[in-house]
Amino acid sequence: MKPSVRNLMARPEMAALLIFFALLVVFSVLNDRFFTTGNMTVYLQPIPEIAIVAMGITILIIAGEFDLSVGSVFGLSPMVTVLLMQNGWPTAAAILVGLLIAALIGFGNGLITLKLKIPSFIATLGMLFMARSLAVVLAGGFPPIFPRELNVSWLVGRLDLGLVTPRVSLLYMIAIALVLGFVLRRMDFGHWIFATGGHPQAARDMGIKTKRVKMACFMLCAALAGFAGIIQSFRVKVIVPNLGTGLEMQAIAAAVIGGVALTGGVGSILGAVVGTLLIAMIENILILSGVNANWFMFAVGAMIVVAVVLNTQTRLKAEGMKG
Amino acid sequence: MNVAANPAPAVEEPIIKCVGLQKWYGAVHALKNVDFHAARGEVIGLVGDNGAGKSTLIKILSGVHTQDKGEIFIEGRSVSITGPEVAMGLGIETIYQYTAMVPEMSIAQNFFIGREPLKFGRPGFGIVDREKMAREAMEGLRGVGLHLRGADTPVKALSGGQRQGVAIARAMHFRSKVLILDEPTNHLSVKETNKVLDHVVELKGLGVTSIFISHNLHHIHPISDRIVAMARGEKIADLPASEISVDEMTRMIS
Repeated sequence: MKPSVRNLMARPEMAALLIFFALLVVFSVLNDRFFTTGNMTVYLQPIPEIAIVAMGITILIIAGEFDLSVGSVFGLSPMVTVLLMQNGWPTAAAILVGLLIAALIGFGNGLITLKLKIPSFIATLGMLFMARSLAVVLAGGFPPIFPRELNVSWLVGRLDLGLVTPRVSLLYMIAIALVLGFVLRRMDFGHWIFATGGHPQAARDMGIKTKRVKMACFMLCAALAGFAGIIQSFRVKVIVPNLGTGLEMQAIAAAVIGGVALTGGVGSILGAVVGTLLIAMIENILILSGVNANWFMFAVGAMIVVAVVLNTQTRLKAEGMKG
Repeated sequence: MNVAANPAPAVEEPIIKCVGLQKWYGAVHALKNVDFHAARGEVIGLVGDNGAGKSTLIKILSGVHTQDKGEIFIEGRSVSITGPEVAMGLGIETIYQYTAMVPEMSIAQNFFIGREPLKFGRPGFGIVDREKMAREAMEGLRGVGLHLRGADTPVKALSGGQRQGVAIARAMHFRSKVLILDEPTNHLSVKETNKVLDHVVELKGLGVTSIFISHNLHHIHPISDRIVAMARGEKIADLPASEISVDEMTRMIS
C-alpha cells in the first residue's frame, strides 16, 4: 500500500467520513424522503450550532483538556446578549459582551484547572452548574422577550442555494472551520496545541508554555460555545435559561465520533464537523421514519462505539504497514 | 574511540561555569554548594547514585528548575536560566532519556517543536514553513548518519535508537554549544547505544561540549575527558577520566 493511502487511513476523521457516506447512501435508499431538498434544508438547520461547539471541544481535547460547561455557556451568552439588547444596547456590542462573558468563563475554567491543578473534568463540571445558574438568575424567573423586530438575517437568514436553503450561519461555521483548521495544521500555535496534548512533558521541555496554550484553548472553546448559543437563540428568536442543556454531551459525542482522542494530541476540525453531521443525520432519519424518538440516544451511543472501534482499527492497520 | 587521550584546551574561558549552586526541594537540600565547569569541546561524564544531585544539576542547566543560590556563567557572561526556552536560546540543548518527542507528530514537526521556522508572522502567531521544516530535518538526520524514509513519518513509527538520533540531530541543528545527555542510552540496544556514543565523539570534534549522565559507567568512561562524581548533593570528585578506572568509579559512587 502506498504511503499516501496509509497517511489517509491514519487520519483521525477517516472512520467518521466512511460511516457518513455509507449512511448517506443507505438512508437515501431506505427512505425516499431523506435525500430531498426539503429534508436537507431541515437537516442542515441546527448543524452550525452543534458543529461550532464541537470544534471548540475538539481543539481543547487535542490540547489535553476537557470542557463540560459548553452547554451552559451556550445558554448564558445569548442570555446576556438579549438582556443587553433589551436595555437598549446595540446588537454588535451586546453580542460582543456575550462572547466576552463566554471567554471569561473559559478563563475561569483554565484558571481552576491550571493554577489549582484540578482535573478539567471536575473544574468544568462545577462550571456547568455555575454558568447555568447564572443564566437562570439573569433571566430573573421570567425569561426576557427576544426583540422580534430585530434584523437577524446577517446571521441566520435563509441562504438561497437553489436546491437547498440553509441558514447563513452555515457560512459562519465553514469560515470558522477553515480558520481553525488552518491554525491547527499550518500555524506554529497549532503545532503547540498538538504537542501540549500529545506529550505535555516533551512540549514543556522543548520550551512551549503549555499552560498558556491550554488557557487559550479553554477560552476559545467557551467563546465558540457562546457564539453557537447566540446563533441558536437568534434563529429561534427565543431565549430561555435552559437553552443548550445537554448539548455538551452531543458536542463531545460529535468530537469523539470525529476521531478526537481523549488522551490528547489527536483530532481534527473536519472530524468535529463530520461527527456533528452524523449525529444530526441519525436524528433526522429516525424522525423521518417515524421511529420512536427515544431510540435517538441509543443510536448515537452505538455510533460512538462503532466510530471509535473503526478508528482504532484503521489506525492500528495503518501503523502496522510500515513501508 | 579513545578520545580521552586528547583533552580539550583548558586555557580559554569555560563555555559553562557554575559557582556555588544550591537547591532545596522543600526540606531536602538537593544541591549543596556545587561548582561545575566545562570547556569547549570537552566531554564530561557526570556520575552518581540515585539522589546524588546530578539530575538536579542538569535540570538547572536545562532550565527545568531554577537554582535557589549560586551563579551560572555561559562564556563568561552571567545568565539566569528561567526556562527551557532560555537554556536553548543560550545554546544548551538537552537529550532526555524519554527523547522529548511527541509520538503522534511527524519527524519534521518534532524536529522544530516550539521553534518552527515561519513563512509569515511571529512566534506564537505564524505560518510554519513546512518545506523548510522537511528539508532541514532530513538534512539534519543525514548529518548524524540517520537515513529515514521521510520527514512526514510519525515519530511513533521509529525505534528508540532512531528517536534518540532525531533528538541529537535536532540539538545539532540548533547549533548547540553544550549538549546535556540525560541517560540517553537507557532502553537502547547495544548497537543503538554505540551509535549514540559515536555521536557524542563526533560532536566533540565539532567543538560541542557534552555533559553525559548515565548509570552505565562503561558507556561513560571511554568517551569522557573528565569525570565529575556526585553524592548526597555534593561534588565528591572531579578528575580526568584517564586517572580513574571504571572499577574505581563504581567504588566511589556506591
